[in-house]
Amino acid sequence: MKPKDATAARRGVPPTDISNPNYFHKIVDCQWACPTHTPVPEYIRLIAQARYTDAFMLNWESNVFPGILGRTCDRPCEPACRRGRLDEKPVAICRLKRVAADYKGDIEHRLPKVPKRKNGKRIALIGAGPASLTVARDLMPLGYRCVLIEKDPQGGGLMRSNIPRFRLPESVLDEEVDRIVDMGLETRYGQEVASLKSVLDEDFDAVFVGTGAPRGKDLQITGREAGAANIHIGIDWLSSIAFGHADSIGKRVVVIGGGNTAMDCCRTALRVGGKDVRVTVRSPRKDMKASEWEIEDAEKEGVPIFDNHAPQEFIVENGKLTGVRFAKMKAEYDEAGKRTLVPTGEEVVFECDDVLMAIGQDNALPWIERDIGISFNEWDMPVVDGTTMQSTRPNVFFGGDAAWGPENIIWAVAHGHQAAISIDLFCKGQSLSNRLAPGASLVSQKMGIHEWSYDNDFSGDRRVPVPHADNQKALKDLDVEVELGYDDRLAFQEAERCLNCDVQTVFERDLCIECDACMDVCPVDCINFTFNADEANLRERLRVPAANEEQDLYVSDALKTGRVMAKDEDLCLHCGLCAERCPTGAWDMQKFTYVEAQASPSCAAYSTSYLR
Amino acid sequence: MTYIKKPAIRHPGLRQNNLGLTRRDYEGVLSTLCAGCGHDSISAAIIETCFELDLPANRIAKLSGIGCSSKTPNYFLDRAHGFNGVHGRMPSVATGANIANRDLIYLGISGDGDTASIGLGQFSHAIRRRVNMIYIVENNGTYGLTKGQFSATNDRDSKSKKGEDNLFDSIDLAMLGIQLGAGFVGRSFSGDKDQLVPLMKAAMRYNGFALLDIISPCVTFNNHAASTKSYDYIRDHSEAVDKLDFVPEREEITADYEEGQTIYVKMHDGSMMQLHKLSQDYDPRDADAALATLRKRFTSGQVVTGLLYIDDRKQDLHELMKTTKTPLNALHMDELCPGRAKLDEINKEFA
Ligand SMILES: Cc1cc2nc3c(=O)[nH]c(=O)nc-3n(C[C@H](O)[C@H](O)[C@H](O)COP(=O)(O)OP(=O)(O)OC[C@H]3O[C@@H](n4cnc5c(N)ncnc54)[C@H](O)[C@@H]3O)c2cc1C
Ligand SMILES: Cc1ncc(C[n+]2csc(CCOP(=O)(O)OP(=O)(O)O)c2C)c(N)n1
Ligand code: SF4
Ligand code: SF4
Ligand code: SF4
Ligand SMILES: [Mg+2]
Repeated sequence: MKPKDATAARRGVPPTDISNPNYFHKIVDCQWACPTHTPVPEYIRLIAQARYTDAFMLNWESNVFPGILGRTCDRPCEPACRRGRLDEKPVAICRLKRVAADYKGDIEHRLPKVPKRKNGKRIALIGAGPASLTVARDLMPLGYRCVLIEKDPQGGGLMRSNIPRFRLPESVLDEEVDRIVDMGLETRYGQEVASLKSVLDEDFDAVFVGTGAPRGKDLQITGREAGAANIHIGIDWLSSIAFGHADSIGKRVVVIGGGNTAMDCCRTALRVGGKDVRVTVRSPRKDMKASEWEIEDAEKEGVPIFDNHAPQEFIVENGKLTGVRFAKMKAEYDEAGKRTLVPTGEEVVFECDDVLMAIGQDNALPWIERDIGISFNEWDMPVVDGTTMQSTRPNVFFGGDAAWGPENIIWAVAHGHQAAISIDLFCKGQSLSNRLAPGASLVSQKMGIHEWSYDNDFSGDRRVPVPHADNQKALKDLDVEVELGYDDRLAFQEAERCLNCDVQTVFERDLCIECDACMDVCPVDCINFTFNADEANLRERLRVPAANEEQDLYVSDALKTGRVMAKDEDLCLHCGLCAERCPTGAWDMQKFTYVEAQASPSCAAYSTSYLR
Repeated sequence: MTYIKKPAIRHPGLRQNNLGLTRRDYEGVLSTLCAGCGHDSISAAIIETCFELDLPANRIAKLSGIGCSSKTPNYFLDRAHGFNGVHGRMPSVATGANIANRDLIYLGISGDGDTASIGLGQFSHAIRRRVNMIYIVENNGTYGLTKGQFSATNDRDSKSKKGEDNLFDSIDLAMLGIQLGAGFVGRSFSGDKDQLVPLMKAAMRYNGFALLDIISPCVTFNNHAASTKSYDYIRDHSEAVDKLDFVPEREEITADYEEGQTIYVKMHDGSMMQLHKLSQDYDPRDADAALATLRKRFTSGQVVTGLLYIDDRKQDLHELMKTTKTPLNALHMDELCPGRAKLDEINKEFA
């Protein structure tokens, strides 16, 4: 074998630019998928070492509500988790977060200090949901005076009014909301803003609108008016239960809708008097919007789900609701795979005492005047910049569900961080595009020939189920938390399943002698030495063709033989065997740290200490 | 070596062969050799070969002597039969096993020390007797296991890692193999699987003594600048005389080569070797010519690789001795031990 013409070899995929932090960040699938880019594998390692307080701090700095999110997060990280691509279930990232929150020690002294002397700027935050609370947390350490205006009697937003206590205990919610309020946040609870103009008239330096998407969708079919007394909008009903305005429901309840709100409605109904509670969905079950685990929990509590049931009429007899008539549907797919629901002709009536409607939410901003410089689009939604969260009126910012419609808590937090950065720049008179780049670093984990400063051994364990409270006991009381969480032993077992995707395989071309040792040892056939070509061709020719195009190829510059090293990142276990078998140290395992910039550096102090 | 076990988890997209096995089903325990040792690449090539030939591991017997190279049968085909003999005695074990059970594939793994020093006599006689086996020499020019003494294949102008001169001429095992009558002789390099794997496949299918002299750098003791068996030296000095495509039975020949430059050899199982000559003056079917070129090229500092010699009509040990076609363990007691009367009859012949 003679070295081939080097320029010929250089044709094809250009060498990977690993100095671009996005390259390695993307490999940390969970962190990349997380809207606030929480350093998941780092906190999982801390949990494995029983360093719960440190694990909590990393979380708190990034996602502000670890105890709440560790129970309720929509967890976009989990479907992204590499472990899920290896023929099994993702790491229970979310429930490990809860472990950090539940077992942490005192953190008081580690929180950012809020200066007594203020910087003279006043910010109004409308709505006390996670988005506004995040803005407050990020701005107060900089000396901003923040004023929180909320129509409900307490802070927390939908986390308080809609997420049921059996999923999120009040103590956890209070602790994390209070941590922010106690920074010196001025609260005006019980004040509904009826005019944005009047708030602006108070001469705030900036206003953040975090009022959520508070209007539940209604279903206008026959009988809606006549049966109104027993037909409830799901989110309003949940909120009246949460605030004690209602405490019971009829024995037979029909829930309409297949999202997470429907799951919370049916499970709450079971706890306040419902005996025969059923969920009905128009679409086939596999298309239901609710998270798989929420459906599982509802079914475990004995709620049947009737899919392909489209409501036609509320049946009202003698002025009282007696049932709902449904048309049975079936899904048909055209060649492009597009679905249409068509009636089968069959109909059924479900008799019931109450109906809960959980078919979606809309934004409602009637209190924002349309002549104060804030543009609304054709769907009557405010025009908001995707990066800065700024509206068309420079001193008004939006975030959370109020910006682009219902999402979830973690997105609200992500918006809050960006809005805080923008508000700070705005108040300092700087351009909003003047945003700091994220911090990133790579540090070798080598301790000895076969020793790494992370646990590189692979755990073949299956995902550890979270213990649940006894069903009988849980169903009796709205406040009994259903999930008990992991104990330290289970947490360790689950933490060991994490593949440490942030410990990167870094390749130094000049050191490689092409002995093939790394290629031969790799348990999942990631590494290849082959001739370069265009990407499609290269992917096809690897030891196992790289079919998952969402995952990148790591390609080196031409080696001595004219070939390149091409690594398919898709299934790398980060086990470090390639680096152990490499005689020259051409491979090294290096920990990649990535920290998002925040308005206040003191809110990311611990995370930043990981940067080298 | 490594402290952790190689994770059992494998790529879900890993290809399966006709036995429904993946490449990983042909592995052994994780190697304890030095990181980057050429011997590990040879193990990987053996795994690849057996996987691609759809060989069931229980049809293979791995035999070896002593040395880093001789340790490697532990690192592949952990479901195959195996015998780790004393230093240089693997050929005797192979001969005996082959006589007893001709139905297995005998894969002998040896080193240049194991073969060219202590085992040279055994090696020569196994060839002379035409034992039907694959004999692989993992040739690093040194005694790796005993910490880097010169071996008999170390070239005279090469130096030790500490700079000492080698006083003696080297033995070229490929030339020796041709002289002694091996019907299949190839040379390759652990760092060139594209060449190595087809050669191994053909050797596995060859009926008779198949010798593969595989240069396999010892990264710890013989991979320095003054070595002639280092990764760099071999990459710079090796010259392939031909390019082999191994075409299994039932598969079409697809590679197109120029007329007159291609040799086709039919293997006894119906598979085909398609040999493309890269060097005009080289004919692997002519032992005299092959030996002459090997000598000439060696003198001019080249390491000739490829299929160096092939004779597809040679008879093997069993054919020469007209032994029974049935493995001894499948014969009935009365066939194995025909009884007193038969013995008397035989003894009478010598009376
Ligand atoms: C039943 C249900 C369950 C959910 N479960 C989850 C879950 O498990 N996990 C998850 O991640 N997400 C969940 N969500 C979604 C999540 O709660 C929201 O996406 C998130 O709370 C949005 O945060 P926010 O800050 O934008 O606003 P919100 O939390 O909606 O808070 C807005 C606040 O603004 C107040 N407000 C509105 N208008 C005015 C006004 N004019 N004046 C003063 N105050 C006003 C409201 O009272 C409210 O307190 C759920 C939603 C529902 C409905
Ligand atoms: C009878 C006997 N003599 C000497 C030794 C010491 N010894 C062990 S391995 C070895 C040389 C091995 O060299 P080689 O076959 O080239 O293997 P390598 O380690 O280089 O792969 C020697 C001399 C021995 N084990 N047994
Ligand atoms: S294995 Fe660990 S680091 Fe990798 S994606 Fe999953 S949780 Fe994140
Ligand atoms: S760390 Fe190296 S050996 Fe391990 S899976 Fe990734 S590429 Fe393969
Ligand atoms: S000493 Fe040499 S031959 Fe032995 S394992 Fe190490 S590199 Fe390989
Ligand atoms: Mg040797």
